[in-house]
Formats: sequence, structure tokens, C-alpha cells
Amino acid sequence: MLSKEERLRGLLLRGLAGESSAYHEFLKELAAHLRAFLRRRLARMPEEVEDLVQESLLAVHNQRHTYDPNQPLTAWVLALARYKLIDLLRRRSRTDLLHDPLPEESELLAASDEEAANARRDIAKLLDGLPDRHRLPILYVKLEGLSVAEAARRAGMSESAIKVGVHRGLKALAQRVRSKP
Amino acid sequence: MRTDDLVQMLAKGAEAVDARAPARRALAALAAATVCALLLMAGLLGLQPALAQEAIEPMFWVREMFCAALGAAGLLCVARLARPGMRLGLAPLGVAAPLLAMWILGSVGLLAADPQERSILLFGQTASVCPFLIALISVPLFFALVWILRALAPTQLRLAGAAGGFASGAVGALVYSLHCPELAAPFLGIWYVLGMLIPTVVGALLGPRLLRW
Repeated sequence: MLSKEERLRGLLLRGLAGESSAYHEFLKELAAHLRAFLRRRLARMPEEVEDLVQESLLAVHNQRHTYDPNQPLTAWVLALARYKLIDLLRRRSRTDLLHDPLPEESELLAASDEEAANARRDIAKLLDGLPDRHRLPILYVKLEGLSVAEAARRAGMSESAIKVGVHRGLKALAQRVRSKP
Repeated sequence: MRTDDLVQMLAKGAEAVDARAPARRALAALAAATVCALLLMAGLLGLQPALAQEAIEPMFWVREMFCAALGAAGLLCVARLARPGMRLGLAPLGVAAPLLAMWILGSVGLLAADPQERSILLFGQTASVCPFLIALISVPLFFALVWILRALAPTQLRLAGAAGGFASGAVGALVYSLHCPELAAPFLGIWYVLGMLIPTVVGALLGPRLLRW
């Protein structure tokens, strides 16, 4: 039987090669692991867990080009999640929680939790606040599932502007997620 | 938006990611910045007129190798620090070894020299300007390294900023050396290193602000 690490890594690599169903599976399983992991880490701030799961997923997606296939997947995901966790604790001035022992790599895939709580922050609302050059490409391609060519026709933009718009738009979204309380 | 919907959205139409693109763009940015630094050096300071004669001296090549080795080690640190979960490993040794070698070479040179010659070896003719000129020539490289780091995802921002600053300082020193008349090891071990440390400190100070994501 494949270990969880190998399985998730295989899914991510297939996703990075352009197989979006494998990528979907990867993100879904990763979300459950991140949730279990962050729920333990944020035992004293349970209301923050789902927001941070979403923020971490957005970071994983936006930074997926920084994954080196020779690197253990766990180390990469954990470094991203820890960065977002520390960032949140700083923003909340809860640096006292930084003194909790640092997470171990073995801890990330140890448990999985598929029960999503409600996020307090609504990413859909933040998406509405993006400028059209970012919002429309994300709306057409990522939410309505149009092809890039169709989205370009509908938005009256070039195909490359659609691609760039999706890419930059998701980064801009991550910025807003970060600065919204 | 529920987390499942977010996952759905992120995965929808996700295209293949070119794993080599970051390295390619980083190399292009470095090459462009090195050309800018060369133009800055040639336009502002001028090439060393005695460069051809200098180039037959072994110390000339020691100096070039010193800067190049530090630059390469600095860039390796940057490459590691730019990706989440990568360990620095032995990369900092690549910075320490040339420094140590130059300091040993400089100390031996100082001890072997006549006492009245020592201040020449230490200060040369340009000690008062050398570190600042190296820092100045490094500016385009510094911008390029910040741009490269911002396109990736460093998680230790202060350290990544310092490494980027150091790498830009070392490559800047390599460019500056084509103008510089100094070849004495004690001089290089002090003033060149100080010149590299200026962008290092700036990078460490600005890192948390510039590199956040």
C-alpha cells in the first residue's frame, strides 16, 4: 500500500502536469489533513481554523510552482502552512501561541478531518471586490468552468489576458484574504 | 464560500505548471541585472586601465574567484530559502570557506610584510570608497534578487532578504573588481567584505516587508 505521502505527492505531480481531476483530489485530501493539523495547533482559537485552512489552500495553489519534485511533499506543505499560521498569530497578536512546540513533519498527515466548519470570512465576497481584469477571468474560468477561449470571448479580453488574470487574480485574492480580519 | 467550493474553484481548469519556468526567469533577471551593473561600473567609474597587466597576476584571479565563489554560494542559499521546506544544508559553508581562506591569506600576507608596508596592504588607495562603491554597483542586482524572491515563496523572510542582499553584494563586487586597482588579500578580506555586507544588512532589514506573501 502506498503511504499517504507518496499518494498525495503522486496526485500533486499529476496535477502539476495538467491533470486537473488529480489536482482536485490532491487539494481535497490535503484540506482534510490541514484541517486536522490546524485544529490541533489552534486549539485555543477554534474559530480561526477553517479560515486558515482556506488561506493555506490558496497559498498551496498560488505557490505550487515552488514545489521541487525531489522534495518531500510533507516538508513543503508544512512550511507553507506554518508560515500562514505564524502570520495569523502575529496578526492576532497571539505570539504567545508561537511558544507551543513547533509542528513535526510526521504530524501533518497523521490525521485527517473532512468535517468542514463554516469559514467566517467569505472568499466569494472578497472575489467580488476584485477589479474586473481579475474578477472576470476567475468567474468565467474557475467558477463557471468556461474554457480560456470562451472566457476571452465573453469578457472581451485576449486569451493571454485571461490566463494572466486568473493567475494574478488568485494572488490578489490571497492578499485580500490575508488583510481581512 | 465553503472549503469544498474553494477546492473546486482552484482545481477547475488548472493547467500544467512549467517546473523550469522559475529558474529560467531568475537567470534572465540575473543576467539583465549583471549587464546593468556592468554599464553602471563602466559609465560611472570606468574600467581599470591596467586591467590587461593585472590579469597576469595570480592575485587578480584569486580576487575574481573569491567574489565569484561568494556570489555562487549566496545564490545557492537564495535558491534554497526561496522554496518552502527546503533546508539550507551545507550551503552557508560555501559562504564561510572563501571568507576564511581570504582571511588566512590576508593574515599570512600581513605577518610576512615589513611593518611599514602593512598599512598599504590594509588600506590600499581606495579603502574609504570601496565598500560604498560595491554597494552602489550592487543596486540593480539587489532589485533583481528581490524580484526573484518575490516570485517564489520564502518563509524565513529576514534570512532570505539577507541572503539575497549578500548574493547581490558578491556579484556586485565581482563587477566592481573590473574597475578596482586593489589586489592585496588583507584589503579584499576587509573592504570587499564590508561592501558585500551593506546590501546584506539592507536585505535583512527590508526582507520581512518586501518578501511577505
